[in-house]
Amino acid sequence: MSKFNRRDFIRWSAGMALASGSLSFPGLLLAATRKVVVVGGGVGGCTAAKYLRKLDPNIDVTLIETKKAYTSCFMSNEVLSGDRTIESITFDYEGLKRHGVRVVIDSVTAIDPVAKSVATESGDTFGYDACVVSPGVDFKWDAIEGYDEAVAEEIPHAWFAGPQTVTLKNQIRAMPEGGRVIIVAPPNPYKCPPGPYERAAQIAMYCKHHKPRAKIIILDPKDAFSKQGLFRQGWSKHYGFGTENSMIEWVGAASGGKVESIDPSTRTLEAEVEDFEADVINIIPPQKAGKVAYASDLVEGDWCPVDKLTFESTRHKNVYVLGDASSASKMPKSAYAANSQAKVAAAAIVAKFNDLHVGEPTFVNTCYSILSHDHGISVAAVYSLDRANNMINPIKGAGGLSPMDASDDQRKREVSYAHSWFKNVINDMME
Amino acid sequence: MRYNNIAILALLTILPALTQAESPSGQALAFTCAGCHGTDGSSVGPSSPSIAGMDPDVFVDVMKGYRNDKRNSTIMNRIAKAYTDEQLKGMAWFFAKQKLQVSPQNHDPQLAVAGEKLHNKYCNKCHEKGGAAGDSGTLAGQWMPYLRYSMADYIDGRRPYPRKMKRKVDAVLEAEGTDAVPALIHYYGSQQ
Repeated sequence: MSKFNRRDFIRWSAGMALASGSLSFPGLLLAATRKVVVVGGGVGGCTAAKYLRKLDPNIDVTLIETKKAYTSCFMSNEVLSGDRTIESITFDYEGLKRHGVRVVIDSVTAIDPVAKSVATESGDTFGYDACVVSPGVDFKWDAIEGYDEAVAEEIPHAWFAGPQTVTLKNQIRAMPEGGRVIIVAPPNPYKCPPGPYERAAQIAMYCKHHKPRAKIIILDPKDAFSKQGLFRQGWSKHYGFGTENSMIEWVGAASGGKVESIDPSTRTLEAEVEDFEADVINIIPPQKAGKVAYASDLVEGDWCPVDKLTFESTRHKNVYVLGDASSASKMPKSAYAANSQAKVAAAAIVAKFNDLHVGEPTFVNTCYSILSHDHGISVAAVYSLDRANNMINPIKGAGGLSPMDASDDQRKREVSYAHSWFKNVINDMME
Repeated sequence: MRYNNIAILALLTILPALTQAESPSGQALAFTCAGCHGTDGSSVGPSSPSIAGMDPDVFVDVMKGYRNDKRNSTIMNRIAKAYTDEQLKGMAWFFAKQKLQVSPQNHDPQLAVAGEKLHNKYCNKCHEKGGAAGDSGTLAGQWMPYLRYSMADYIDGRRPYPRKMKRKVDAVLEAEGTDAVPALIHYYGSQQ
């Protein structure tokens, strides 16, 4: 037989099985049960767990997560405006259990890729055939002098949704009329590129009605940011951006937006050009891969390199790194990206366990930002893999931003599609 | 004999390579839609439409409409441009095989009753079984905001009517007034 006919035939058969929509392998049921341990119960981990079980119910899937419930970062800016409660973005793991996923609440200390086992803080070990790691980001705490984990309890980052989101919301409500909020934006790359700018709009949305003389200043170490033109347009329309009475002000790198230190006792930020005092400060620190990735030797630089065909670590076999912690350029660090990557990894793991060809991957990112009750904007991209360069490239001629000249009605529709995005991502990952 | 073997070998070699040439499977492509349209195409709302159980030809037509900017959209026109005709077919067949899972929606029961009568009189010929998922797009159990956007786009000329539909919509608006559209939408939204 020629070099590729058997391979292609298997691939074709697998394609047919995949096309049928119900992947099952009756001829292969006698193989020993394969075990997958998923580390991290965020978008990447949950989606991988659910889709592994969906694609091959014979796989034994255990998901290990520190927290009993998941609070989504996406839509957490709506908690700041008061449009949502923190409870409305908090979900338990019961849905995953219904898919046959074993959920263990414990903290993973490290993955041993040689012994193929995962160790937890309470002393348990879990053996695996494949390990999916989706630990999210961690902060570079030494980047801004005077800012550390203890200070963050008072001067929140609120970049993991949860108690700090509520702290930030309460501080904004408690500040004097005409108070000043400062958001310190992080350098690239970080999770949720439009997040700090949507946050400014959501805080402004609250202030417009309750503290109309308030100011929200974004101090930014960058000269450009995600959806910049659309944000400036929306800020102008709703919050006077660009006028003397603007509620939102953006200070980019060229104007001295990079913050070097903080004095928490006086709430004073020292930036490159001048000092800034504020009533409420929100510092979003620079980011790197989550702790477990470092403890398990999966990181190069700040992030985890992967073979983008499968998302298997290039440092350790049988370990797959998804989502924000992975080095998945040119995809952004977003929930939709993690959801999309998790399905590619799940299909690759299922293919490997069943001796099938790994199909060509496909990825999508969609991301919405809500600037007011009737003003939503989005960015979308469909990606394909350039195998030779291990690069996930957006397909040319597709994707991109909401048009600058969209009608009010279209902007309003995007708000309702943003809420649909939220509900369906949650549903797809854990229900 | 040897000739035949070679022919079969050639077929096995070339045919799969041609049909699957470096394209993701329909399933892999369809999986990427779930973040907005729900797992396997059953959206949990509140407005992005369910696409499970759609007729594959309708699916392809809709996507081509977005791809060519013929049909008003917020985001789908940007996404649809990424896919080839073959890929659209692959996704279409995946969704055609999925069973639509309908979620309950708040609706006005009185309007829904009025809407059912209008449906039977004006719409049922193309949208059979109360507009169930099938050959003319999914209306029954479809998310109501999406139906509202769709009807507004038809009426305001942002979306081309399929054959015969304009006549029916004009007729129902003329005979029943502007309440006809909300009544129809509440009827479709009322269905489980």
